[in-house]
Amino acid sequence: MSVRPQAHPVGPKPPFWRDRAKRALIFQVLLIAAVAAFLLYIVGNTQANLAARGITTGFGFLTNTAGFGIVQSLIDYSSQSTYGRTFVVGLLNTLLVSALGVLAATIIGFTVGIARLSPNWLIARLANAYIEIFRNIPLLLQIFFWYYAVLRTMPSARDSLSLGEVVFLNVRGLYLPEPLFESGFGLIPLTLGIAVAASIALVVWNRRRHEATGKRLPAGWISLGLILGLPMLVLVATGVPVTWDVPQLTGFNFRGGITIIPEFLALWLALSIYTASFIAEIVRSGIQAISHGQTEAAQALSLPRNLVLRLVVVPQALRVIIPPLTSQYLNLIKNSSLATAIGYPDLVSVFAGTTLNQTGQAIEVIAMTMAVYLTISLLVSMFMNWFNARVALVER
Amino acid sequence: MTIQSKMIEARPAPRSIVGPVAWMRANLFSGPVNTVFTLLGLYLLYILLTPTIQWAFINADWVGTSRDDCSREGACWVFVNARLGQFIYGLYPGSEIWRVNLTFATFAGLIAWLAIPRLPYKRWIALVTLVGFPVFAYFLLYGGHFGLRVVETHRWGGLMLTLVLAVVGMVGALPIGIMLALGRRSQMPIVKSFCVVFIEFWRGVPLITVLFMASVMLPLFMPTGVSVDRLIRAFIGITLFQSAYMAEVIRGGLQAIPRGQEEAAAALGMGYWKRMGLIVLPQALKMMIPGIVNTFISLFKDTTLVMIIGLFDLLGIVQAALSDSRWLGFALEGYVFAAFMFWIFCFSMSRYSQYLERKLHTGHRR
Repeated sequence: MSVRPQAHPVGPKPPFWRDRAKRALIFQVLLIAAVAAFLLYIVGNTQANLAARGITTGFGFLTNTAGFGIVQSLIDYSSQSTYGRTFVVGLLNTLLVSALGVLAATIIGFTVGIARLSPNWLIARLANAYIEIFRNIPLLLQIFFWYYAVLRTMPSARDSLSLGEVVFLNVRGLYLPEPLFESGFGLIPLTLGIAVAASIALVVWNRRRHEATGKRLPAGWISLGLILGLPMLVLVATGVPVTWDVPQLTGFNFRGGITIIPEFLALWLALSIYTASFIAEIVRSGIQAISHGQTEAAQALSLPRNLVLRLVVVPQALRVIIPPLTSQYLNLIKNSSLATAIGYPDLVSVFAGTTLNQTGQAIEVIAMTMAVYLTISLLVSMFMNWFNARVALVER
Repeated sequence: MTIQSKMIEARPAPRSIVGPVAWMRANLFSGPVNTVFTLLGLYLLYILLTPTIQWAFINADWVGTSRDDCSREGACWVFVNARLGQFIYGLYPGSEIWRVNLTFATFAGLIAWLAIPRLPYKRWIALVTLVGFPVFAYFLLYGGHFGLRVVETHRWGGLMLTLVLAVVGMVGALPIGIMLALGRRSQMPIVKSFCVVFIEFWRGVPLITVLFMASVMLPLFMPTGVSVDRLIRAFIGITLFQSAYMAEVIRGGLQAIPRGQEEAAAALGMGYWKRMGLIVLPQALKMMIPGIVNTFISLFKDTTLVMIIGLFDLLGIVQAALSDSRWLGFALEGYVFAAFMFWIFCFSMSRYSQYLERKLHTGHRR
């Protein structure tokens, strides 16, 4: 039997720098002081510099007349508009190319990612080559390639490349026919809405019936038929109330139709192709992350191959795919700022570029531009957190 | 009854299971759909590769000095050849190019040492690469000491500048990233929120706005009369931007280390910095190498953006050469060359990081 020592002898109180809580407090106070001192130093310097250059701070410049034109604008804009409107035009152009880029990159990325896992050796190799080539070349270089080496070397308007004399491509851009809707066309979106609502109702009813009785209809095919067929029927019944405004060569340029400027095309192509190579890798690794046991178990239940994919692999793979996929979308939105290198009028180009140079309001302009991207990033990451919480595996 | 005392020779596998024909049947023509895909793939290869090969090799001009030597309809590699020195070294004075070469060679040697698994003293070499080499490269490239003549930074360019930007961004970002990652896991609320705000801010904005900020706003932040070299501005922007991404990679690595490691170190009476420096970080850094290589690849590609603020990296100098009136119309050749250079670097780095990932992740494969 051993003799236990008496209560631990209480020594003198440790000095405050050995006390963890006090040390943390001191450290944080020091950090705040350092950051504050740094900011004060910068603000002081900036004020002195601005005073020396005679620049007044503030957002008053937003109501001044911009005095420069913008080649592509989704809202009414002229050189008489204000800098505030320039900001909105740039923002809308950024959102436009980002949205279309996300769409195209998703389609290409999922196709290539699935092709990468194809049992066909040649298809898998081709998909792999696509991924390895495009993700290892800087995006800016790809934008330059599409813009200067492809679209800028297109023939002039007179010798345009054409697709059935309806779509034209020349050095000034891509010309598409524009649909002009006549009266009576309003019925078609209406029927489309009805068809979509009916399909949703059908799917819900079919699922309930399946769970209750075990019988099921091919709801997917019926919905597809409804959504495509009904509007088509109405379209034919009303005598096709659409005319196409086909671009016409008049003089040295085309008139009519929709014009897509080459800057937009180059940026959109490069962004989609570049981002798609990353999305393809994400899709591949997401599908491969599903353990073989899952597929084997589903096959053991004698589920057909398409149901194995739809009910077992895809729902689980999506949980792995969606977080990195959203960060790729974010990257695409941020990368759309490279537009400024080829003169596509996005936010950075018209606002942080032209507006900054004309007004000299560096701090306000850069802060507003960064705030836009930060807001988009924060919104997307909030969505991500919500999504992750929703789909997270509930474990015991 | 006979007793077989000798082993019967194994018969070769039937033709329908091994051999090229069977392989093709299994992998290329296993069904009607697959056959269609294979034929489509072959057609795609044909329409893509034939013109490319004809343009780049068969009909290309390789030797010469001026554009008159490019008489055939294919690529004019004479242009790239004539400009190669500029593409690699920028406007670095010709008599001093050995300094760039020496820096490149030293760097290549250090990296090779780090990448080959069998060589010893990895930790010391890593330290030399991260601390000693940048100092060495500065004295060698910029000069001004030891009898070397000063080469102003506006003469730096081409592949050399791309590498310098990427390596400086990396070396600067690593310590800041480690600090930020540790801060983000800290128990101290103010330190933690400071690090979170810092990281999320830089990750939320595009690099190009960061570079704009560095080139337009940084001069405003400095005391009146102090001017910062344009290259230094780009360094500051890239380092801050990169450190946020680095911090997230390092945080991922730190999270992979079980808590027990840190608790065991605390039980031995180690303080915070000893626990981190001797126990947690050495284990975590090893697992983070693939992630760090991946962020380095994206940094390497992102250095092309500095041409927008007026520095001539590899892409910038190719772009500048394209507007030379003696060599107009060779955009494709210039871009293909630049793309090839970037591709070689990025592809080999990504292969290395994949190899490391495979080495670190064992037991998950079938």
